[in-house]
Amino acid sequence: MIETTEFTPLASALGGILIGSSAVLLMAFTGRLAGVSGYLSRLLPPYTGEQPLERLAFVAGLLAAAPLYAFVTGSAVTHVVSSNNGLLVAAGLLVGFGSVLGSGCTSGHGVCGIARLSPRSLAATAIFMATGLATVFIMRHVAGV
Amino acid sequence: MQVALTFFASLLFGLGLVISGLANPTKVQNFLDIAGAWDPSLVFTMAAAILVTGLGYVLVFKRGRPVFAETFQLPTTTRIDLKLVSGAAVFGIGWGLVGYCPGPALVALPLGKHGTYVFVGAMLVGMLAARILPLPRRQNMKPINQ
Repeated sequence: MIETTEFTPLASALGGILIGSSAVLLMAFTGRLAGVSGYLSRLLPPYTGEQPLERLAFVAGLLAAAPLYAFVTGSAVTHVVSSNNGLLVAAGLLVGFGSVLGSGCTSGHGVCGIARLSPRSLAATAIFMATGLATVFIMRHVAGV
Repeated sequence: MQVALTFFASLLFGLGLVISGLANPTKVQNFLDIAGAWDPSLVFTMAAAILVTGLGYVLVFKRGRPVFAETFQLPTTTRIDLKLVSGAAVFGIGWGLVGYCPGPALVALPLGKHGTYVFVGAMLVGMLAARILPLPRRQNMKPINQ
């Protein structure tokens, strides 16, 4: 079953401005790219001993965001996620493995990398957009999941 | 200070993910479903985020060094190699299957959906596997003074 979602250009652009501002703040103050998979995966072994506290703080900030939003606005975060365990496990493994192998995800390559005009990030973003589009097309319009 | 600033910035990042709709996997899948229930909202998110980051980085790099650190930590590799291409391809397939990438999945974790727990657990296993398998070493971040 495919659920439609409302077109929200203003809220989505505002969210993008916040994401961009966050990336600029991180670079200006700590000198780091706002790459979620980089911060998260380096909390896992093997350890190279680089700033675990900063990495934990980054993950904690992400975890605190939705509860803070719900508390301040008094409205629930709209959120519909698959309940197919097989699909979830496969997706999680691919996302985790692919982001480390490809040195980044939607944030590090898709936002920060493109903003730096990095050829690697432009290539990575074009590739994961293409395989993401193809995957959704096959699932919804060929396999009918 | 670095730790506090990092927390503040990632909180802002997470709020951006919530407000934009990226924390909703169905909206992400609809963004990728051009032939069906297409919701182009996230085009605005990407465009705004890239524009703000791009302009902001220009100003930040002009300053020469970060406020709380000695140097900017930027990747030095420029080669588009097989690791990058295959990693991005695999990542995109997983992203399309459920509509989660790492940031939104972490943001959605406290919302308490069973599906998010399963996804994040598997994602950590996938990350760990890529880190410990005997693959060629991931590129290192080298300090750069721009």
